[in-house]
Amino acid sequence: MSLEPANPLAVDPLLDDPETRIVVCCGSGGVGKTTTAAALGLRAAERGRRVVVLTIDPARRLAQSMGIDSLDNVPRQVPGIEGKGELHAMMLDMKRTFDEIVEAHADPERARAILENPFYQSLSAGFAGTQEYMAMEKLGQLRATDAWDLIVVDTPPSRSALDFLDAPKRLGSFLDGKLIRLLMAPAKVGGRAGMKFLNAGMSMMTGVLGKLLGGQLLRDVQTFVAAMDSMFGGFRTRADATFQLLQAPGTAFLVVAAPERDALREAAYFVERLGAEKMPLAGLVLNRVHSSGAAQLSAEQALAAAENLDGGGIVDQPPGKAGLVGNSAPEAATDRATSSGPGSPADQDGVRADTAAGAEQEKDADEEVPVPVEELTAGLLRLHAERMRLLAREQRTRDRFTARHPEVPVAEVPALPGDVHDLAGLRAIGTYLAEAGTGPADET
Amino acid sequence: MSRLQVVSGKGGTGKTTVAAALALALASRGRRTLLVEVEGRQGIAQVFETEPLPYEERRIAAAPGGGEVYALAIDPELALLDYLQMFYKLGGAGRALKKLGAIDFATTIAPGLRDVLLTGKACEAVRRKDKKGRYAYDHVVMDAPPTGRVTRFLNVNDEVAGLAKVGPIHHQAQAVMGVLKSPQTEVHLVTLLEEMPVQETVDGIAELRGAGLPVGRVAVNMVRPALLGDAALRTALQSPSHTAVAKALSTAGLGGARRGGKAERLVDPLLEQAGEYAERHTLERAQRSVLTGLGLPLHELPLLTEGMDLAGVYELSALLREQGVGATA
Ligand SMILES: Nc1ncnc2c1ncn2[C@@H]1O[C@H](COP(=O)(O)OP(=O)(O)OP(=O)(O)O)[C@@H](O)[C@H]1O
Ligand SMILES: [Mg+2]
Repeated sequence: MSLEPANPLAVDPLLDDPETRIVVCCGSGGVGKTTTAAALGLRAAERGRRVVVLTIDPARRLAQSMGIDSLDNVPRQVPGIEGKGELHAMMLDMKRTFDEIVEAHADPERARAILENPFYQSLSAGFAGTQEYMAMEKLGQLRATDAWDLIVVDTPPSRSALDFLDAPKRLGSFLDGKLIRLLMAPAKVGGRAGMKFLNAGMSMMTGVLGKLLGGQLLRDVQTFVAAMDSMFGGFRTRADATFQLLQAPGTAFLVVAAPERDALREAAYFVERLGAEKMPLAGLVLNRVHSSGAAQLSAEQALAAAENLDGGGIVDQPPGKAGLVGNSAPEAATDRATSSGPGSPADQDGVRADTAAGAEQEKDADEEVPVPVEELTAGLLRLHAERMRLLAREQRTRDRFTARHPEVPVAEVPALPGDVHDLAGLRAIGTYLAEAGTGPADET
Repeated sequence: MSRLQVVSGKGGTGKTTVAAALALALASRGRRTLLVEVEGRQGIAQVFETEPLPYEERRIAAAPGGGEVYALAIDPELALLDYLQMFYKLGGAGRALKKLGAIDFATTIAPGLRDVLLTGKACEAVRRKDKKGRYAYDHVVMDAPPTGRVTRFLNVNDEVAGLAKVGPIHHQAQAVMGVLKSPQTEVHLVTLLEEMPVQETVDGIAELRGAGLPVGRVAVNMVRPALLGDAALRTALQSPSHTAVAKALSTAGLGGARRGGKAERLVDPLLEQAGEYAERHTLERAQRSVLTGLGLPLHELPLLTEGMDLAGVYELSALLREQGVGATA
């Protein structure tokens, strides 16, 4: 049944437009941003553009399938692209990106002093916001080379989609902050009036921190700060520059969300924030949407029918075991069939010693005991009832979003039962993404 | 179970929810637990549907059987001030430091320092005794950073070793490690039956063990119910007779079984759904077997389909108790 969104997102025109230079996929964690970014990149490339996809923390197999599982922090061309476009992909190495900034802005000796400093090491590996800052930094670098006509960026996993916009400024202000300057050269900042207090504050602070951490720690900080001197001011400026890039007309934001309460709530916040920042929103990608080919049958009807079959009372025909399964059903195993129906211990403790994949079990002739058709059908109906409930829940959460933001175009990607981990899978996702905007609603 | 229960796991798998349920489960039968959070996100307040928590231990919930859960959101800045106060009797100077941004600076630029303060506070609560010499809390449950960061977070000694080689922080780090690497502590990981979280769990356990930190249990969260038994599933996959299923549907009152009839038209879509279910089931089974292979105690918590709320947390805690959590002190 998958309901066509009232306001479908036209993905292909967006990807084909030469004016589109950056597509940012954002959204809260675990909703499929990386997959969406990769699928969009692939589609754009196969439609003839020269594309680079910047992924962040891709699933291992997805990275392997694109040949970017080695972290070298530069784009690699992805083989296997159909058509005359090109797809390049990379996965962000945040520490390496930070190191590169240092190397680019300090002479070799100073750079080495910074890179070896224990403070730098803990900052570059662990400061909250470093990943977001470095993602922005990398985006700025890719854009500056002008080597691609389209850059698709994934954003770091975080609870809040807004972190992507806020974290770089936080790190920027921190690195360019008053205190860092103060540590470095108190006299420069304080001015005459502030001097006395600041100096008193400084010496107290260095005193206390020195005692607390052992004086060597403070010396490390000071060395670090002194070595970074040439870069101060730069961080803030760079963060601001990339921020402006995001407001430029060639940029399109796609908010990715699953049809779940939390994810859509985050998506709504993000849509509002983008509006406030005057950042161009292209639409919402609703990922992992469920549908049913039998939507005419409601959950309640399905459950009632399943109960009828369970009761068996109204079944006036012989149990339809024979001939239920096309390929050889051993007639002898009647009683075993009943003892392994749903509800038997074998089914309920999910953790079984033999956890062989279902496919292998099918081959096991001894196990091939079909259940009675009533039991099978009741099971199918229960499965369907669950599916219909899920559909209803997804529909409710989606309606809530559309009520709040009817202006936002939507593309839907169905929930695929398995993971996406090869180009064929990405291509399929790309097709689903593009289909939303080519439906009848769009042609009228 | 150990006195300090650390709960980690991939982001979004339900660490905070499971930590809350665990704190409730361990507080049953008149015991008292402390639930601490360390990331300044007010996750506990959200789960318990209350106002944001101050940096102060306060009673947040009653457990079945007269127990109590206390909660504490540790603020690293305030913890550092506390700490300075304790050692240096700073008085007003502490406030001046804060105003200057020095505290923020110190806790930000040295994550190791921040971590020592956070874990230090939790370990202090673990060791604290009342006047009669009884432990203030029977258990302390920590909603910890996600798997990718938890080893570094807990392994504070290594973290600050390069930074503070002497002085009180150094001593504090060693005291903390004394608790964290002892049988007094267990680190649990929350996962889903999906590839990425399971892989992260496997990697995380190796990393924790490599650092000498005690690994406790694995909690599989948001488990979906088995709707189709294995035998029925096999039958569904063996291209069962279309007509027989159509007849059964018809018998159940869903319309005509003849070709094009109401019941008949349901057969293909229903079997297709069974196929999708089977595919997911196979993936989940593979992930489950990876988890069983770890040889750690495994808990399973169901997906609460109508969304999580406080009642849901109590429900999960009852399930944890049924699965043996908190049965013995
Ligand atoms: N068993 C469950 N059934 C249904 N929903 C659940 C279940 N467990 C957790 N949730 C929901 O999943 C979401 C994530 O849970 P939670 O906040 O506990 O995860 P977390 O691991 O602490 O996340 P983070 O990494 O952001 O800290 C919440 O909305 C929570 O209510
Ligand atoms: Mg949490």
